[in-house]
Amino acid sequence: MAVKVIIPTPLRQYAGKQESVDLDAKTVGEALGSLTTQFGELKRHLYSEEGKLRSFVNVYVNDEDIRYLQKEKTALQQGDIISIVPSIAGGLS
Amino acid sequence: MATQVEQATRAAGLSKEEVLRYSRHLIMPEVGMEGQLKLKKAKVLLIGSGGLGAPLGLYLAAAGVGRMGLVDFDTVDFTNLQRQVTFGTSDVGRKKLEAAKERLSNLNPEIRIDTYETRLSSENALEIIREYDIVADGTDNFPTRYLVNDACVLTGKPNVYGSIFRFEGQASIFGYPAGPCYRCLYPEPPPPGLVPSCAEGGVLGVLPGIMGCIQAMETLKLILGNGQPLIGRLLLFDALRMRFRELRLHKNPDCPMCGEHRTIHKLIDYAEFCGIRGEEKETAVSSEIPEITPKELKARLDRGDDLFILDVREPHEYQICNLHGHLIPLGDLPKRVSELDSSREIVAHCRSGKRSADAVQFLSKAGFRKVWNLKGGILAWSDEVDPSVPKY
Repeated sequence: MAVKVIIPTPLRQYAGKQESVDLDAKTVGEALGSLTTQFGELKRHLYSEEGKLRSFVNVYVNDEDIRYLQKEKTALQQGDIISIVPSIAGGLS
Repeated sequence: MATQVEQATRAAGLSKEEVLRYSRHLIMPEVGMEGQLKLKKAKVLLIGSGGLGAPLGLYLAAAGVGRMGLVDFDTVDFTNLQRQVTFGTSDVGRKKLEAAKERLSNLNPEIRIDTYETRLSSENALEIIREYDIVADGTDNFPTRYLVNDACVLTGKPNVYGSIFRFEGQASIFGYPAGPCYRCLYPEPPPPGLVPSCAEGGVLGVLPGIMGCIQAMETLKLILGNGQPLIGRLLLFDALRMRFRELRLHKNPDCPMCGEHRTIHKLIDYAEFCGIRGEEKETAVSSEIPEITPKELKARLDRGDDLFILDVREPHEYQICNLHGHLIPLGDLPKRVSELDSSREIVAHCRSGKRSADAVQFLSKAGFRKVWNLKGGILAWSDEVDPSVPKY
């Protein structure tokens, strides 16, 4: 399934400065795997050493949090948009 | 002699001046007298008087929120003026709270403004927050974000959240009993150093302006009971594409803070939670990193010593000012280390000395024996050696 992964600003430096990446995948896990294979440096920002998705990074398919779907096994449809949403704290200075 | 209308208005709780001041609210059926009185009775606490706090404070004061609390411990810095629009050039050096209170009181003398010149902490948060109905979080660091969240959940106050990074913003409302809290969204903070602050990452000043205004709007909606507030909704703003997106936020049934079987019942040590204590230990280790002061560097260069100056900043920083060093941005250093000659003496520098300390640590581990960190970076060089070098 052709899907688009939106890369948040703080992580773009590890994804060749791209705002989004188009790829082909059947599940969220496959999409993220393909992404981190393409951009090795992105891996440690998304995954812990044990291979789990870091909990300060959330992944959405369209507008739903994958934790409330089937997590990385969530099946993808053609044209789905995967958003990576890390926590940001800027506001004061 | 007061007319019947005047008597009725005064009895309703608004003076003639207030009626005139808020006339544009009063003529809206969605607000009216009833709404304006809700605003007058409302008590909102603003945590942080900076990029987000500026528009928040200005618009809530303008709208007639009857009581506002401001929490900030900082002084106005010259670099704040690019985005913290409550302040003017003449305020540089003043306490932020003093300058903010003056500005907001001038805008609307009808409201009560209380200031808390302190760093919000586990010791004082509950006591301060308890006096207010709504909290608006305009802070800039993870420990405080989690502290504010937890304190709001514990006191049952909604937390109108806004945050920014470069050209992106997030907004939501956390802490509503039936809705999610910040920990439902992000159970854990990122390790320190992963997400830069504005001083490191930069921001276009108007971005916190936009997000702060959105926070002000949501606060007013909560007070008035109008519209659909951002409860259970994460608003994402992309300034470059000028697009808003929305993601659904679920209340996590297993949330340790607000879930059914919560395990957190009091405020914790947030610096520890965010790994900052660990970072303090790391900094102690990095003070063992070989350093050279700007004056020492100047002396050695004047003597004709053959030193290789390595600049680990970004290309756009090099354009602002530089020491004619060889530019390898820190992120590229692992890939480009072959450009460096380990037989030469290398002085690494960045803006303030932090990134270059990382560079020296990296190079030492890679076997370089003659590397030094320029203490204080190019900022210190400007202060101590050559004031013609602009600071940024």
